[in-house]
Amino acid sequence: MSDYTTIVGLEVHVQLATASKLFCGCSTKFGAEPNTQTCPVCIGLPGTLPVMNRNAFQLALKTAVALNCEIPAYTKWDRKQYYYPDLPKNYQISQYDLPMSQHGYLDIGDPKGAFEPKRVRILRAHLEEDAGKSLHDEVAGKGDSLIDLNRTGTPLLEIVSEPDMRSPLEAKAFLTELKLLLTYIGVSDCNMQEGSLRVDANVNLHIDTAEGKVATPIIEIKNMNSFRAVERALEYEVGRQWCEWQETHRKLGDAPKQTRGWDDVAGVTRGQRSKEESSDYRYFPDPDLAPVTVGPQDAAAIRESLGELPAALRGRLESDFGLSAYDADVLVNQGSPVVTYFLDVAKFTGDPKAAANWVTQDVLRTLKESEHTIESLPVASSALAELIRKVKAGEVPSSRAREVFQTMVEKRVDVAAAMQSLGIAAVDEGELIALCQKLLAANPKTISDVRAGKLQAVGALIGQAKKQNPNVDPTRFRELCLELIEKAP
Amino acid sequence: MALFDQTATEHLKGLESGALKSVELTQTYLDRIRAVDNRVGAFLSVDADGALKRAEEIDERRAKKQRVGRLAGLPLAVKDILCERGKVTTCASRMLQQFRPPYDATVIAKLREADAVFVGRTNMDEFAMGGSTENSAFQVTRNPWDLERSPGGSSGGSAAAVAAGMAPLAIGTDTGGSIRQPAGLCGVVGMKPTYGRVSRFGLIAFASSLDQIGPFGQSVEDAALLLETIAGHDPRDTTSLDVPVPAYSQSVNKPLANLRIGWVREHFGGGLDKEVESAVRAAFEVYKSLGATLHEISLPHSKYAVATYYVIAPSEASSNLARYDGVHFGYRTDEKEMLAELAADRRRLETAGDKAGLEHLDSALVRMYRRTRAEGFGPEVKRRIMLGTYALSAGYYDAYYLKALKLRRLIRKDFDDAFGKVDLIAGPITPAPAFKIGEMSGDPLAMYLVDIYTVSANLAGIPGLCLPCGRSQAGLPIGLQLQAPALEEERLFCGARMFEQATDWDKGRAKL
Ligand SMILES: [Zn+2]
Repeated sequence: MSDYTTIVGLEVHVQLATASKLFCGCSTKFGAEPNTQTCPVCIGLPGTLPVMNRNAFQLALKTAVALNCEIPAYTKWDRKQYYYPDLPKNYQISQYDLPMSQHGYLDIGDPKGAFEPKRVRILRAHLEEDAGKSLHDEVAGKGDSLIDLNRTGTPLLEIVSEPDMRSPLEAKAFLTELKLLLTYIGVSDCNMQEGSLRVDANVNLHIDTAEGKVATPIIEIKNMNSFRAVERALEYEVGRQWCEWQETHRKLGDAPKQTRGWDDVAGVTRGQRSKEESSDYRYFPDPDLAPVTVGPQDAAAIRESLGELPAALRGRLESDFGLSAYDADVLVNQGSPVVTYFLDVAKFTGDPKAAANWVTQDVLRTLKESEHTIESLPVASSALAELIRKVKAGEVPSSRAREVFQTMVEKRVDVAAAMQSLGIAAVDEGELIALCQKLLAANPKTISDVRAGKLQAVGALIGQAKKQNPNVDPTRFRELCLELIEKAP
Repeated sequence: MALFDQTATEHLKGLESGALKSVELTQTYLDRIRAVDNRVGAFLSVDADGALKRAEEIDERRAKKQRVGRLAGLPLAVKDILCERGKVTTCASRMLQQFRPPYDATVIAKLREADAVFVGRTNMDEFAMGGSTENSAFQVTRNPWDLERSPGGSSGGSAAAVAAGMAPLAIGTDTGGSIRQPAGLCGVVGMKPTYGRVSRFGLIAFASSLDQIGPFGQSVEDAALLLETIAGHDPRDTTSLDVPVPAYSQSVNKPLANLRIGWVREHFGGGLDKEVESAVRAAFEVYKSLGATLHEISLPHSKYAVATYYVIAPSEASSNLARYDGVHFGYRTDEKEMLAELAADRRRLETAGDKAGLEHLDSALVRMYRRTRAEGFGPEVKRRIMLGTYALSAGYYDAYYLKALKLRRLIRKDFDDAFGKVDLIAGPITPAPAFKIGEMSGDPLAMYLVDIYTVSANLAGIPGLCLPCGRSQAGLPIGLQLQAPALEEERLFCGARMFEQATDWDKGRAKL
């Protein structure tokens, strides 16, 4: 059996989080009654003209800079022409040969080491207007189609990667990292259900044969509604192309590029009716819009305004806070508010390790199991820091620290109040010694066992001590017991 | 001289002094329309009631010494290509026969604010494509000087309305000469401003990088007054220029000292009518007598102007007109007929067992597009959509559209070089006086060549003006074109006014 390499490239459409559309003042809010967020400009009435939304261009620039793209000094608008009822002008204002950014990259990795860290190159990212939505009755010659133009003209950033991913998992990692980046810089809500992030995947196989490497025809997959769906669709498509290769030996170039749609329920891709293959969009510069110039200062100013991006943040958590790559990844992937929370806890306690343990375990579990976000969590970073401090000082037995945290969340109280409601009070050292002496006196066998080297015999005494006083810190009690046995005659 | 033969500037004096009421003036023009427009056919619609009501209201405000606008009480005709809220705006096309825009073009809003009185909407070549106004889907407009002849186009309705005394002022649009050429053929003053001087918002686009709105009047003063009212930056048109607008009507009567006039060697080659040539050369002599100097200049790329224009303009048009598809607004083919036709086609193919034919049979949507556009557009519009679609197609783009853009830059550079040596360029507006209706309709190429002296100003984005400078033996007006560097409309008006004051050609009126 011969071997093959999977080649994946992605095209991601991201709706930018502007209040108004790209070329008119209409709202971009999702979910309004159909055709209520329209005006003569975005429905393409005769005589209307587009006016560029500066904010949309700014958000696009921000994204491009975050993706390490080159920002050309000059970019222009082109018309991409095709007839479709949800495209009222029958052309889309887009960017063709001079996109606003190109030649960037995004680094991806897997903390569990499922693949080697790698750099995925970004071919280009350009701005364009979104089309409307159609609802069809597909029966030929019958039935009406309904069109909603609320989405028409929403700013859309198309990000095109180079075919640098070598597995469905890498593709998923790219999307996850891209979404994280877009969320960090606040340019999009990246909600796939509402269509603010849409993915098309291009995939084929490079097969090792006796005659050398052979590429199979490139397939474009559409209709994937989650990153998991992208991964599954690619897995399916890789298998399908492998089988097809074995049956047909069809190579790249033997057939025109085909588009297949992903059926998430059936778990298969299906060939879509190819509309005019290799469509001619008759791109030409839009005479209604002036080209946009971007000075080197503009790009620099944006770079400064970006703040710390996920990759840099992971590095800093590892180098400055001594976190493991895994912990750093878990924290950063939660988004910047969680990272800020962690950084505060680490600062207040001076103990980044403990802070990381608490945040990656108890805090994240709570967020997962409750309706809380990090912002609404009743335990502020300062309160968690206080709890950690009390545990280290022995004021809260480490065995009960989690209980205290839960109580702080559920009852929305501070550490002291949580301790009180749980009846936790620090046990006085003298009291602890007295209890220890009392139990040792009652259990002489423990002393002889320990002296014989069976240190675990102390365990039984810890149990009894906790029964008599639940606030007993088992670690300290054990230490005291061993000390007393050693000192005992 | 009849009231309707006077200029807008004269009317305005009467209105401002109280000697004339807008109602009286408006009624005069409405009467004139009623008397002669059945022969001329300049108007697609006349709003007599609306105009009189508006005139009355302006008279009242003026009588009460309330603030009134720059053109208060002056009747005005508008080419049926500018959107007016709630008013049918047809572009002389079946496609928009019922179209009522929900908004005003910026120019309409400015004219409304200036208290102009809209008397009606004028005929034109469909979507402004043509130079004879014969391409209107609704009617032919005739030249008031000779009803057998064309008024030119595409703003033929506006030019004829002013020439026939049916409106003292009119608005036109000029993409390749559509204001200046009919002004020349109808013996009135017409002016195309610098590209970007006037907002295009609400102007139904033909070719966006060439279209400009401009004035028609009986005199240079009138044209200056009207441009002053409609010019200026508009945030809704990002191609409009953010520069101050001079008070043209104030400066228009100042003659230009040391005026250097360029005449273009290439304009006097073959194909130029002898009568036109001698009228234009006589105009040069008038300028000399006024102290101007004449300079021979060359615009070496002007021979490519028509070809360049007929690639760029149709390319943009093919895209701008794609929206007329019957889906969201405008004309739509009869759905029942369309579905019946499609069903018949299907049966025919099934009976014939034509599998390939069935596979390529239109969807209902595509058939709707096809029929709507086939029925809604006239032949000249279709011709240009096809030309433009072809020029922008993969494999042809570089050879046509891209090459045309390069030539456009060279043509612009020719003017830059020329205006380094002269202040204004003067020359003929058309190769010959008004042609007969139907004379060119079988020969689109001959019709395109009429644009030979006008299209370069659009390609270069510079202002151009046409004013009467003579009469042919047959009594037809002959026009003189003046061109100035970008944004030098003031110079253009002053230079034109010098000639106008030194001659009587502006006093002539068509006999109807
Ligand atoms: Zn809108």
